[in-house]
Formats: sequence, structure tokens, C-alpha cells
Amino acid sequence: MRPVSRNFWTPFSRVPLLGWLTGVLVAVTLERLAGAPLALALGLAKVPVLFGFVIMLKKPALIPSTVLYILLIYAVPTAIVTRVGTSAANRLAAWLVRLPMAVPVAVHLGLLYAALHVWAGISDYRVLVLKLTLIAVMVTLSLNVVNGYMGEFSCSHPGFMAIGAYCASVFTVGLFVNDQFFGAVFLPPALGPFLFPVALILGGFLASLGALAVAIPSFRTRGDYLAIISLAFLFIIKSLIENLEFVRGPRGLSGQPDWATLPTVFLWTVLCVWSINNFVRSTVGKALNAVRDNEMAAGAMTVDTRRTKIVAFLFAAFWAGVAGGLFAHVLRYVNPSTFGIQKLAEVLAMVYFGGLNSVYGSIVGAVSINLLGEALRPLEIFKWIIIPLLLILVMIYRPTGLIAFKDLNVSTLLQPKREPEGEA
Amino acid sequence: MTAPFLQVRNMSHDFGGLRAVRDYNLEAGSGQIRGLIGPNGAGKTTIFNLITGIYQPTEGDILLDGKKINGLPSHRIASLGVSRTFQNLLLWRHMTVIEHVKLAHYSKIRYGLFAAFFGTPGHHREEVEIEEKALRLLDMMGIRHLADQVVLNLPYGAQRRVEMARALATEPRILLLDEPTAGMNPEELAQIMEIIRRVHGELGLSILLIEHRMKVVMELCDIIQTLDFGAVIAEGTPEEIQNNPRVIDAYLGKERAT
Repeated sequence: MRPVSRNFWTPFSRVPLLGWLTGVLVAVTLERLAGAPLALALGLAKVPVLFGFVIMLKKPALIPSTVLYILLIYAVPTAIVTRVGTSAANRLAAWLVRLPMAVPVAVHLGLLYAALHVWAGISDYRVLVLKLTLIAVMVTLSLNVVNGYMGEFSCSHPGFMAIGAYCASVFTVGLFVNDQFFGAVFLPPALGPFLFPVALILGGFLASLGALAVAIPSFRTRGDYLAIISLAFLFIIKSLIENLEFVRGPRGLSGQPDWATLPTVFLWTVLCVWSINNFVRSTVGKALNAVRDNEMAAGAMTVDTRRTKIVAFLFAAFWAGVAGGLFAHVLRYVNPSTFGIQKLAEVLAMVYFGGLNSVYGSIVGAVSINLLGEALRPLEIFKWIIIPLLLILVMIYRPTGLIAFKDLNVSTLLQPKREPEGEA
Repeated sequence: MTAPFLQVRNMSHDFGGLRAVRDYNLEAGSGQIRGLIGPNGAGKTTIFNLITGIYQPTEGDILLDGKKINGLPSHRIASLGVSRTFQNLLLWRHMTVIEHVKLAHYSKIRYGLFAAFFGTPGHHREEVEIEEKALRLLDMMGIRHLADQVVLNLPYGAQRRVEMARALATEPRILLLDEPTAGMNPEELAQIMEIIRRVHGELGLSILLIEHRMKVVMELCDIIQTLDFGAVIAEGTPEEIQNNPRVIDAYLGKERAT
């Protein structure tokens, strides 16, 4: 049994990332073209939106045909394309990596985006889930900078998201949609999408400013101060917004223009992952790990520990603010109760589930918890038993999370996979 | 001869009601290896912690190049040229050897935060530069082959060398070594002594050494201070110290008796 399974898997270990992305792109294109008829033929009412979890949970009788659908549409085509195209993909990858770094990165990202775009094109629900997942990746990763890389415990991330969300919303609604904030609309809506990044960045900076208010008192010493002060900050922000008639208090703010399209969200996510990954892998960013592992030694080795902590905290808050701005424009409605303790629990779960001190971990954590949350929706209240249970299991068997302490090295990721030597 | 780099004048330090260091004076940094010995609890490590800014002296002054440094945070003092190792190995347990040594270049980094966020070419150039410097230091310590290992997995002797390499990477003018041979076997001991000699000879560093093994102190040091209950009871060359009756009473006497 073992040799057979090994023979089956071995060829796939040689598939480069380029091959996998192409395979997935082919599979989702196939779904776009033949998904609906196949689903009908298998007795499913329509194409299963999220890998059939909802259908399987609601009507267990349809489990075999759903599994068959997943196999025929996703697994088999991906397997065939990657297997057949392995050597071609390797050659192409080898040629690409010789070009300047930006070219292979752009090609891979282009393929990834194409696959996501085609996959999400099936239904609006998929688009929404995908956008929210990407935003969750941003938030999780930015919290990981503080809780994972720096080893502090911050609770104020939903607060930073709220600041970003409200700031960006006031900016876009006030300038482009109606006169509730700054008097009559004076900017042409055609300019909007171009000024949207400005709104997001503004939100990010405002969130950083809020972070400064938390950082200055709490980073004088180490310990539980940050957790307590940041939790207080979260509640202050929430009740501040609830009582601010200017942004319509607890009724929430609606009417955000529809500018957070899938490509926009994707681009911002890439930018976020890229800059955070650059930061944590640079020597300046490694100072975070040193502060976490032994602050006294960090100081003795010329590291300005206080500045390091404040910079990282502000940087993390900036991305949380940007993510908040996107979040508001994806849902096109925000209210203060979204950014409460529930959101905090969600984000913390994603960080600790995925893995501390790891970009991979944050991506895996955010995607899996988010998709799981959507997939288990039919179970209603049991969803909130299963997800925490999973989290507890992870904490028992892998206390630092699924993929912790792993560097994301883009250039090795894009390398072609060579023929294993001495095995042939 | 130029004035000594590091001067300590009448420094005292209290822990609550306990005077851990009293009226301590030191002039170091003109290229010598100085030893600091004394029984356990005599205040040797406290003196290191005071000089490197981890504690603030209750009384007295610490001067670098004639400028007062008491009250400065430890990273500022370190970047002014005072580096150290720790008695109980304070390494960063999740980081690799090369990352330790690279990070100790922190104060020399010229690129700004935005360069780090966006990975600019200048940032890459400088990271490569730092890496080369770090690798040279690892070569000197004989641990280049361990560069990509996480320190937690290394044997004790190698961890000591990582700490030494890291301390040197800050490009100090004076190096404070807190029991560098603690817990080492005779072979490792010989190697670390050789390394200390090379560091002193090749880099022309002044060294201040806390050590319990008399063999090491007597062989390496030019001048030795003996401490007991926070006060200096004797200062002189190894021969003078070995023959000083007060030192023998406080410290060496016990060893000779055995």
C-alpha cells in the first residue's frame, strides 16, 4: 500500500508553484465552462459554491455526488495538468527566475489572481467570501507582527479596523456620495476610484495615531500592560463611535461607494503581505524577535527596544486600518458593534490557529478559519462549538500554531523543482 | 598615552537596604585585559550591569571618553562602544546564529524604515554588507558552518561563541566578558582562551573579564581587581594579587586549602 501511494505522490513533489497555479487556473476555468451542466447531471441543484460543504451538511444524501463533483472539477484536472506540465512548468520557472525578480513575481501573482477571479466569477457569494478572506489575511498578518513576531499581546486590532473603516468611509461618502459630512459633494465621482487609496491610507495613518496612544503608556515596560491598555482602547473606540452623532452612532454608516472590487482588495492584500514580509525579514525587523526572546540582551546589543516596539505596533495598526477601510467598502455598511470583542476573538483565533511568527501561518489561519466559518454556517450554534474545539486541539498538539516560525522566502518559493538526484 | 576610554568614579549601588557595590573605581579601555574576581555575590555582575546601563548607579559617575553616561538607556551605551556577554547566556532562542550577529549591527544600519518595508535596492545592498561582516566574525569564532542553525539546538560551547561573535558585531571599544568559561570542559576552555587572546590581539580591544577560574585570569589578565562585599580589596598584577594576604583570606585561601 505504502509504495503505491508514494509512487502516486512522488511526481507531484517536483511540481513548481507555477505548475500548481496553472493547474488550479485550468480547473476553475473548467468549472466556469462545464460546472453547471455537471452539477445538474450529478443531481445537484446548482454549482456548489463553497466546495459543497453547505450542501453536504444540509442534505447528507447528496454527499457522494458533491464529492464526485469536487473530484471531477477540481482534483482530477489539477492533478492531470500539473502532472503533464511538470517539466514544461519547471523549464518556464527556471527561465523566469533568471529575469529580474519583479517579472516572475508578477507572473505568479497574475496566475493566482486569474484563478481567484475565475473561481469567484461563478457567484456573488464567492466574491464576497473571497474579499472578506483577503481582508482577514491582512488583519491576521498585521496582528501577528505584534502578537507573534514581537511576542506582546495586543487586543486593540478591531479598534484600529474601526478607525480605518470610519475614516475611509467618511472620506469617500462625504466627498463623493452625499452631503452629510462636508456639505455638498464637490468632487466628480469619476475621480473616486483613484482617490480611494488615499482614503485607505488616511484611515491607516489615523489608526497608527490611535496606536501611538496605546503604545506610549504600555511600552515603558514589558508584561501585561499592553493587553490591558489595548483592550481598554478597543472599548473606548467602540463607545466613542457609538456616541458620535457625526457618524450616526450605533445606527452605523452606509452608502459607501462600491470601489472595493476584487482586484483592489487583492492588490492591497499583496501589498500588505509583501511589506510585512519585507519588514520582518530585514535586520530591523529581526529586532522584534530579539525583543521577544530577550529584551535585556537586545538592549545590550544596541537595539533600541522601545522604538522597535512602537514602530512595529504602529505599522501593524496601519495595516489593520487599511483592512478596516476595505472592509467597510466591501460590505458598504459599518456599525460600531462589528468591531467588538467577537471580532477580536475571531482575529486572535486566526493568528494562533495559523501560527505565530510566520507569514504562511497567518495566511493559512485566516483562510481556514474564515472558510470554516462560512462552510459550517448551516450548523448554526454548533459552529461555535466546532471552531473553538479545533482551536483547542491545535493549541494542545501544536502550541505555537499550525505553521509557526517559518520564513516566507519569495525567491525560493518561485524556484523550479529540480530532478531529485540519486533517486532515479 | 591617551586617557582611558571607560572611567568609573566612586560608583555605589543599593538594592533596597543592601549596598551591592561601594565606592567602585575603574579606568579601563587602553588596550589591556583587566580581570575582576571575587567570591560569589561580591558584586561583579552588578558592576557590569551598572556600566552597561541595565541598572542606574545610586551614587557616582560612569564616563565614556570623558562624557557622563549614567542614565542613558542600555542600547545607547552599547552603541557608544561598550559591549558584553552574559553569565547565563542570553541568546534569542528562536533566531539563527547569523541573525544574532547581523542584528548586533543594528546601530550601524543606515537604511530607514520605509526601505525595510519596501525592500529597496539600498536596503538589499546594506543587508548583504552586514551579512558579509557577520560571516567574517563567525569565521573568526570558528562557527561559520553553524550560521543557519537556530541557537537553541547548539551545544553549550558553540552558544558561548555565538554570544561572543554577537558582542563583537556591535564594534565595541571595550568588551565585558561575564564568566566566558563557565561550564566548559578543558578542551573548550583552551579554545575560548585562544579566542579571547585573538580578539584582544587582532582587534586591539580592551577587555574586562569576570572569571572564577584562576588559571584563566592569571594567564590572560594584565591587571586584576579583587572584589569582596561590593568593595575593591586589592588591585594589581597577577603576581601581586596572588601574594596579597587580603585576597588570600577572602578568596584564594579557600582554594589553596583544598
